Amino acid sequence: MNIKRWLFTTNHKDIGTLYLILSGTMFFIGGMLAMLIRLELFHPGLQYFQPNTYNQMITIHGLLMIFGAIMPAFVGLANWMIPLMIGAPDMALPRLNNWSFWILPFAFSILLSTFFMAGEAPNFGWTMYAPLSTQFGPPSTDFLIVAIHLLGISSIMGAINIIATILNLRTPGMTLMKMPLFVWSWLITAFLLILAMPILAGVVTMMLFDRHFGTSFFTAAGGGDPVMFQHLFWFFGHPEVYIMILPGFGIISEIIPTFSRKKLFGYTFMVIAIASIAFLSFIVWAHHMFTTGINVYAQIVFMYTTMLIAVPTGIKVFNWVATMFRGSMTFETPMLFALAFVCLFTIGGFSGLMLAIVPADYQYQDTYFVVAHFHYVLVTGALFTIIAGVYYWLPKWTGHYYNETLGQWHFWLTAIAVNLTFFPMHFLGLAGMPRRIPDYALQFTAFNEIATIGAFILGAAQLIFLYNIIMTIRGGKHASAKVWESSHGLEWTVPSPAPHHTFQT
Amino acid sequence: MTNWNINLTQGVTPVSHDIYDLHMTIFWICVAIAIIVFGVMFYAIIHHRKSKGAKSAHFHENLWVELTWSIIPFIILTLMAIPATKVLLHMRNTEHSDLTVKITGFQWKWQYEYLDNGIKFFSNNNTPFDQIYNKSPKTADYLRVVDKPLVLPIHKKIRFLVTSNDAIHSWWVPDLGTKQDAIPGYINETWTRINKPGTYHGQCAELCGMNHAYMPIVVIAMAEKDYEAWVIQQKTGIIPSTPAVAPVKTTAPTAAPPAPAQKMTKEQLMPLGEKTFNGICAVCHQQTGEGMPPTYPALKGSKIATGQLPQHINRVLFGKMGTAMQSFKDQLSDEELAAVITYERNAWGNNTGDVVQPDDIKAAKAKGPLPE
Repeated sequence: MNIKRWLFTTNHKDIGTLYLILSGTMFFIGGMLAMLIRLELFHPGLQYFQPNTYNQMITIHGLLMIFGAIMPAFVGLANWMIPLMIGAPDMALPRLNNWSFWILPFAFSILLSTFFMAGEAPNFGWTMYAPLSTQFGPPSTDFLIVAIHLLGISSIMGAINIIATILNLRTPGMTLMKMPLFVWSWLITAFLLILAMPILAGVVTMMLFDRHFGTSFFTAAGGGDPVMFQHLFWFFGHPEVYIMILPGFGIISEIIPTFSRKKLFGYTFMVIAIASIAFLSFIVWAHHMFTTGINVYAQIVFMYTTMLIAVPTGIKVFNWVATMFRGSMTFETPMLFALAFVCLFTIGGFSGLMLAIVPADYQYQDTYFVVAHFHYVLVTGALFTIIAGVYYWLPKWTGHYYNETLGQWHFWLTAIAVNLTFFPMHFLGLAGMPRRIPDYALQFTAFNEIATIGAFILGAAQLIFLYNIIMTIRGGKHASAKVWESSHGLEWTVPSPAPHHTFQT
Repeated sequence: MTNWNINLTQGVTPVSHDIYDLHMTIFWICVAIAIIVFGVMFYAIIHHRKSKGAKSAHFHENLWVELTWSIIPFIILTLMAIPATKVLLHMRNTEHSDLTVKITGFQWKWQYEYLDNGIKFFSNNNTPFDQIYNKSPKTADYLRVVDKPLVLPIHKKIRFLVTSNDAIHSWWVPDLGTKQDAIPGYINETWTRINKPGTYHGQCAELCGMNHAYMPIVVIAMAEKDYEAWVIQQKTGIIPSTPAVAPVKTTAPTAAPPAPAQKMTKEQLMPLGEKTFNGICAVCHQQTGEGMPPTYPALKGSKIATGQLPQHINRVLFGKMGTAMQSFKDQLSDEELAAVITYERNAWGNNTGDVVQPDDIKAAKAKGPLPE
């Protein structure tokens, strides 16, 4: 294998592959941390880890899964598929594309190296709340800040590239309202990235200044404000949540029509819904802060805007169901994951709606109910769409069909285990278990045991996924250009595997 | 004693009842929507499958359908927002309270100060290390006991002023329907009115550092006359660190403290010092005195604990700004402070031979903090 080819590549397919490999690697490291977390929580008492180590694991688990697994996976899929879907020869800015990717391995090496530093890894949760991070954080916090800056630079450049590609390189005749929904969802996501990531960069820079240069942005004793940290963080953080789900909406909107053999219902409303969600994502941030003592009328406004998100999200779910209705459905692995996504993401949406109700949020805030909620929207939401997308496009990338039997096994084990893991967390939260604790009162034991057993099955099932992908790359039944019986779009007009250069002019 | 409790507590306050009702209302609305949406979806999955010979229809848009399923959810949401807003305005109204308690979060304990009668004390986790580290069997009240619970009267509107001394904490007792972040530099207000006497449990809800899991809250609600008796008991002669109402077991020394002028021997100081150290200091500096550097420095062989005595006393009494090292001058008695410093200077091979007397502590307190 030629290392230089991968180091210097400007080819969108190569870079897409690199992103996906990185994402898979981070997913398994982050997953391993999750296993260790669940291991410690299997029983009350401290069994394997000190509380400080536990806090480091939850912090790095969160950061890796968000910035290392989910986001690069979507960027990888965008790199591979957007040029193919819009008939472009490559991304608009190929060298920038190379740089966007190659920053990431350095960023994650820096992040993971913190485990081996004096004082060990950051231990204040991925939300990095001041003053815990600024006054009480370990020295390695500075490395975390550098890593986040690198991730931000990579994301912003990637987003610029995607916007430039979509707006400039569409094949003649493909108007905006004729673009596949995956492309639409990424166009909007890219704008969210450009607007949100600089805020994060600003916040961590202020943290750095508070830690070393005598400022007190977030220290009350110096005239600063710890709550301001949360305002700024969530002004980034809530759009970030939608950055991690909107491209997934796009993928599902490709898969469901293909396997229902029916055109997507309500294309125009689907586009409007994504745009509305993106807009609303910027005016709901304080719903993460309902118990901080913010003004009651601010709480009311943020409660209303948050509840409003249910309308466009509902539209999307209804349209997916309407697409299936009176279709001619088959249930290959991508479709199974898509259907599970519609059900389980909707459950995550329901718990999100419950969390929006401020008085109830006073009981839910910072409990396992929240942990259950965001794992439903991020694991059975974002991750399921990525897995569905990988199965869906793998024959196009490799020229081979994956092993359907293994795919079905992967799906059913994952679907059962994910519910075993995360559903009991709703009960734990409602019964009064706070999040981010390594040890708990005896009343929480039973459901924690179930969640841990589920987590280990969930982790093991992903090895089937990995094995299936590797075997598909190495061989398998040859795939036609169309791959699926009822696939529609430009990407299905090029041969499988897609040649190194496509749509050249 | 497997516990399969799956739902939110109804609690013992009007607010916690309101919250429970809201919670259930929203839950059932979600269930109803789920039944309709998933019902249609599974109908399609079962009946509109290719293997059953289903041929796909061609419809793919309908403005009126789209508008209908945009407007109906909007109406449902509006109907949900009305009661939620009412409850919220009620629960945020802290006016006309009968009693005010200031709650301060510390790493990792709570301090309660009754502003109306001057009672003030710390409330520490009282589950022994041996249970946490699985060296002895866990009792049923594992992580549910404190040395000194918060005592409150029933049927009174109690206002809480919540703040923090270091990181952000969150004071949460589910049965009271009260959760309020404790933020340094802020004094947040919340309130409760407890309808039923009893013991209610909670714990810190916001990640506040290493021992976040070990900040339990115990509230004992009692009839007003019992509460009045408790207040009098607290204010007449009994030292604040000894619980007057002790429905839970306590680690505080039960013997009457030695008279202030009396000299204590090293043999008296060391056991008390060890006990105090393991209960309070070991959460950071560890029972071995090795700490968790660099955040929590070692005391074993450290510059402070084996160096000049006044510096050591100063650090324990007044803490160190910008670190987790708090000021302990108001948290511990003079005897405990003398004992713990003596212990630190003679344990783990720190063989300085120094003995600190309660009078030394008193003198150092009077002098105030030394210059850095």
